[in-house]
Amino acid sequence: MSVESTSAPVVEEKKKEALFSKKNRRILSDPLDDNNPITVQVLGICSALAVTVQVKPAIIMAIGVTFVTAFSNLIISLIRDSVPGRIRMIVQLIVIALLVTLVDQALKAYMFDISKKLSVFVGLIITNCIVMGRLEAFAMSQKPWPSFLDGIGNGIGYGIILVVVAVFRELFGSGTLMGYKVMPQWAYDMGYVNNGLMMLPPAALFLIGIYIWIQRQRNAKLINVS
Amino acid sequence: MKFLQNIIHSVKPHFEKGGRFEKLYPAFEALETFLFTPGTTTRHGVHIRDAMDLKRTMMTVILALIPPMLFGMWNVGNQHHLAFGMEATMMENFWFGFVKTLPIIIVSYAVGLGVEFVFSVMRGHPVSEGYLVTGLLIPLTLPVTVPLWMVALAAIFCTLLGKEIFGGTGMNFMNPALLARAFLFFAFPAYMSGDIWTDLSPEAGRALVDGYSGATNLVAFDADFHTMASAGDMFWGFEQGSIGETSVAACLIGALILIISGVGSWQIIVSCFLGAWLMGLGLNGLAPADLPNHAMHTPAHYHLLLGGFAFGAVYMATDPVSAAQTDRGKWIYGLLIGAFTVILRVFNPAYPEGVMLSILLMNVFAPLIDHIVVEQHIKKRLKRA
Repeated sequence: MSVESTSAPVVEEKKKEALFSKKNRRILSDPLDDNNPITVQVLGICSALAVTVQVKPAIIMAIGVTFVTAFSNLIISLIRDSVPGRIRMIVQLIVIALLVTLVDQALKAYMFDISKKLSVFVGLIITNCIVMGRLEAFAMSQKPWPSFLDGIGNGIGYGIILVVVAVFRELFGSGTLMGYKVMPQWAYDMGYVNNGLMMLPPAALFLIGIYIWIQRQRNAKLINVS
Repeated sequence: MKFLQNIIHSVKPHFEKGGRFEKLYPAFEALETFLFTPGTTTRHGVHIRDAMDLKRTMMTVILALIPPMLFGMWNVGNQHHLAFGMEATMMENFWFGFVKTLPIIIVSYAVGLGVEFVFSVMRGHPVSEGYLVTGLLIPLTLPVTVPLWMVALAAIFCTLLGKEIFGGTGMNFMNPALLARAFLFFAFPAYMSGDIWTDLSPEAGRALVDGYSGATNLVAFDADFHTMASAGDMFWGFEQGSIGETSVAACLIGALILIISGVGSWQIIVSCFLGAWLMGLGLNGLAPADLPNHAMHTPAHYHLLLGGFAFGAVYMATDPVSAAQTDRGKWIYGLLIGAFTVILRVFNPAYPEGVMLSILLMNVFAPLIDHIVVEQHIKKRLKRA
């Protein structure tokens, strides 16, 4: 698991900082585009390839990961001063595992069919590089509230990519969106065929690649990041 | 010709700096140099002049592609008429195939060049000739029944993701034409395998002959290699398959043109064939004796004639951009392509055409092979020093 460290600005000690100060808003919005966990930090690729065949599981997965990143960031940030440096990874893992188990059990209880579709990938949130990456890079050295925002931001940034990729894959791979038929019947009558490649994991790799390409064309700042 | 030249000269100012269509200059320049030799010469610096520029190289490959193309057109008609049990003259066969094949070639060129033009205009670099060969290779690797919009999609996919995303012609690390075929193979498997190899458009008052089978020799070979066509038929190409790949003989003529003109590397062609043959022999030796029909028993030389192996080895593997560059690297690259092709064919019936996947795989490994060869060489020289 590669953990790329991103230089996060150290929050200076101030008397009172507004909950949504400019800095905090940046922490929340940066991961959506400029510092996206998938397309810029290149973390969490494995699950992005696996759960994006359909939109619905992708959304559920995104919510699950957002929950885990947000609360693991919060919890680790709260206890960061009392965790000995040598065993911090183990402590982090225990926290993540606890949250992932919560998500997994909730899915099994309330959305069993989706839970079956996501199969091992819910459990594998534990090893999702984004979660651990944000803990190491951000939560271990930041106050709880910014850490919580950072977790939410990264979760949503991950979710955006997942949903965008899933929309394309479901639309062209099976002609549906959220399970509803979108491709009109006349298109099939005229000889249109669903694209089988979209159902295979490489399609997600292509789509993420194209997303990165477009994003970097638009945002020159990113070109020398990696 | 004078007429064309006059037109070009009259519109030229609009495309030059300050003109109305300054942005479209690359597109204009491509058309102009395609029709005429440019009227400018290099003024300073030392240059090596070689008749073998990119344009000539590409034209040589096109020339080498003509025998398989012509034979493919004839064979399309031949297979069609055979399926309906009709007698047809050579010209009738050829004409039928020509009519069926031409739209595929036109779509492939129009769409692919369209993408290239758009990118040259956007990036302001001249349109390069790279697509001339790709545009002809794509149709020749497809079955004649492929829907035209799929050809267009494949052409867009391969120019966009095979080339332009990496910086255009000469920057592609995989063979774009094979990428197009692989894309179609995985995206629309129903149109790239099964009973689609012969054009079965109905003939008035005719029905399919009894016992007609749409299976190619590659499929037959997996079930029981004894049911394959004779080696002679497969060598000359009287079999079903993609448009341009059935005839090994036609591919060998092309190989001759490529080797004599120095455009294609003979090391790669020879080592591909050698690799497949040796792997075939090896599998013969290991084949289970209690299963006499197992694909491992196939005589080694059949592997050289089966499917698109010859076409791939001659035209695809030798692509100078995506192949290995060092001499020893070329041998390793070719041997591995041949060996992987046979392994894929024999052990993975789901992907009968192993040559496509093995060339793509070795395209990815080519830089690594070159790196190892060069490092080994340096080490050896250092030891001697």
